[in-house]
Amino acid sequence: MKIVKTIRINVDECNGCRACEVICSAVHAAPKYSSNNPARSRIRIIRDPLRDIYVPVLAGEYTVAECAGRDKYTIDGKDYDECSFCRASCPSREEFHEPDSGLPLKCDMCENEENGPLCVQWCLVDALIYEEREVEVEEEETQEELEIGLEALADKFGMQTILDSVARMSSKER
Amino acid sequence: MRYAETGFNLEIDLTRGNIEKVATDPKDTELYLGGLGTNAKILWDRVPPEVEPFSPENLLIFGAGLLCGTPATGCNRTIVTTISPQTKLMAFSMMGGFWAPELKYAGYDKVILRGKSPDLVYLWIHNDKVEIRDASHLKGKGSVETAEILLKELDEPKAQVAAIGLAGENRVFYASIEQGRSSASRGGIGAVMGDKGVKAIVVRGTKDINIAEPEEYIGLCNEVLAYIKERDGNPIPGVMPILAGLGSPQEMKVHDEKWHTENFMWGNSRTRIKDFWSDEVEKEWTETLESARTRLISCFNCPMKCGATITMPGLPTYMMKCFTKLTYTFGAFSDLDFGLRIAQQATEYGVDGFSAPQVMAFALELYKDGILTDADFPGMPEDSEGRFYYLLDKIVRREGIGDILADGTYWAAQKIGKGAEEYAHNNIKKHEQLPLKLSMLNPIYFLMYSTGEKINITQIEGQFPQAPFPKREHREKFVEDWIQVPDDKFKQYFLDWEMRGENSNPYYPTVEIACDIVDWQEMMHYIDDALGQCAGLSSFPLKPPYHIHNYPKFISAGAGIDMDEEKLTKAAKRYRTLVRAINIRRGMRRVDEAPPQDHWKKRFPELEEQLLDGYYKLKGWNNDGIPTSESLQELGLDYVSEDFIKRGILKK
Repeated sequence: MKIVKTIRINVDECNGCRACEVICSAVHAAPKYSSNNPARSRIRIIRDPLRDIYVPVLAGEYTVAECAGRDKYTIDGKDYDECSFCRASCPSREEFHEPDSGLPLKCDMCENEENGPLCVQWCLVDALIYEEREVEVEEEETQEELEIGLEALADKFGMQTILDSVARMSSKER
Repeated sequence: MRYAETGFNLEIDLTRGNIEKVATDPKDTELYLGGLGTNAKILWDRVPPEVEPFSPENLLIFGAGLLCGTPATGCNRTIVTTISPQTKLMAFSMMGGFWAPELKYAGYDKVILRGKSPDLVYLWIHNDKVEIRDASHLKGKGSVETAEILLKELDEPKAQVAAIGLAGENRVFYASIEQGRSSASRGGIGAVMGDKGVKAIVVRGTKDINIAEPEEYIGLCNEVLAYIKERDGNPIPGVMPILAGLGSPQEMKVHDEKWHTENFMWGNSRTRIKDFWSDEVEKEWTETLESARTRLISCFNCPMKCGATITMPGLPTYMMKCFTKLTYTFGAFSDLDFGLRIAQQATEYGVDGFSAPQVMAFALELYKDGILTDADFPGMPEDSEGRFYYLLDKIVRREGIGDILADGTYWAAQKIGKGAEEYAHNNIKKHEQLPLKLSMLNPIYFLMYSTGEKINITQIEGQFPQAPFPKREHREKFVEDWIQVPDDKFKQYFLDWEMRGENSNPYYPTVEIACDIVDWQEMMHYIDDALGQCAGLSSFPLKPPYHIHNYPKFISAGAGIDMDEEKLTKAAKRYRTLVRAINIRRGMRRVDEAPPQDHWKKRFPELEEQLLDGYYKLKGWNNDGIPTSESLQELGLDYVSEDFIKRGILKK
């Protein structure tokens, strides 16, 4: 059995204040809370106030390339841009990349926090609600954080360049 | 490393097209905090009193508050400072929204504009890349329209835009700077922006804001959040709904406008309609607001929903905040449908929602009484609503009579003559006020109206209940958890305040007590304005989450400045005194410190003099309202004292 953690997102309740972005970037800073920067947040609000569009999106998997075809949604007469509901850290968008290095960001549901995800705790308007449920799944090896990062770098610069850089850096260190 | 602030200002010389990133002195932060405080210091240092509002030498400063961009809830205000074309004094209008935090994330605490651009331009600030760009294609465009065009053109949906409309471009003395759901409206700062040839400032930032003591700071933020939650579920009993909760008065939420419509004044702030509110009106207005309002919305990092997205049938969508909901309705003797419709146009044009309707109602009253005639209003429609649209258009284009009205009621009356001065009756220091006329003098409000240099009552009042509670047991209940008071004596002041008899207005609160209360209220507003904290979670409502006891901790843990209550009180007094010094140097004196003549029916000249005497003394100002050398030195403002002596304002 495994616990699936979910954040129920109620776009109707979102007031667009971005407190979730603030606290997410703060709790993931090192040292914790030492800085904040919404551009580093693993939750972003896709926001277009004049068209009444407010979609909090949590950072999902890293992807090497953007999709070939994209979806556009019209809901209640409102047109949502392609990517509005997509969680991917993808080359086609600014969201979910470290602003300096371009490294991908992924929501970890604040796994080290006692009271669950901080974005939920800081959302006083109840647009974000935390839910857990148990499901049966086959266990699989999870990729380590370092590996995810390296894979992204390799995609960006090519494996050989990464190897060369590592070699150069380690020789310097000696 | 600098904490909470970035330590850099952007200095932009529009005449030469020069842009510089300038490191600031951390000592100034210790002495003047940030936002309004450091804005005032820059204005004192660099804009001598001879400088006219529309001179290239005048500065237009966009200052983010010290704690903007940190996780402190509701800390998002931009303090815009310049010399006002209307009052000729220092203006420091503020806007919430999202602009100040974005500026901090871009790496700057302030944008300081000087000089004048020969052509209309906009500024594009994207982290370290700062450009002055051609804005000729935006000439005459609305403020909301401009923001839309720029976000699209730059392909930066996450950028924040502060823009002026036609009113700013044409230097209307009450032109605003609009920014999404917020605006900096008072004092005509939009006119200065237009005079400098700047249509908009677009900001996008992706850098970090650092915190000095992270665990401590986030603990304080969490306490504030918990308090907001608690307070939200427990509105204060015994006061009107709009005063019971937090945030700015929830005008976008409430439907019951009985109190405002029957107690505020209509037209040119003279007519009270005592039985206005009926079931029929309530039904009609509720339908209007319900169908126009798409969503209640907030500023950056704040759960209070003080604004709303408004779409009136057939008109573009705009965002509204607070009391503009009613001001056009009142001015034109009309209904909410009209008020929400014309506010859309007014927002695009970029005019102040207090002054603009007042000016138009003033013009129509002059017309009714024959001081202005048909010749002044060629082609004006017959109906009140049509006339308001007509006048708004004339004003922002400065056409015909609009050119005179664009300077506000005070200056327009001077130009029109023929007794028009009597019609410009609702001003303080030449600036239009809320349309409110009352009976019995209230000593607290008398002092705030007279001496406040924000020149806007809603930006001065707060903390202390506006009226006594009828029963002592209610008062006792109220003071039980009143942790915000700087001193327990304030609890006693409130306990002793009665509706009638010896301990009621105007002689109670006594001179001494009234001075104490006003001093506290003003101090909290000034602290907010330096930190960038919205008054809606601090100095404005009763029992707010931020107060004099937790603010020093926020500053210490956030900015890494060693702070306690005493030091913070002194810092606030320092830059508050500096604001006064700037205005004193520009000629403001005791004679200018008066409420509108007809604000109260029952006036008490002798008591009013005593109140001013007492307040000046408490503030360390002489009988003419000028800070004394001793008080200036005590605050470390020796340079002000020296300047005053050199100019003959103070004697050696």
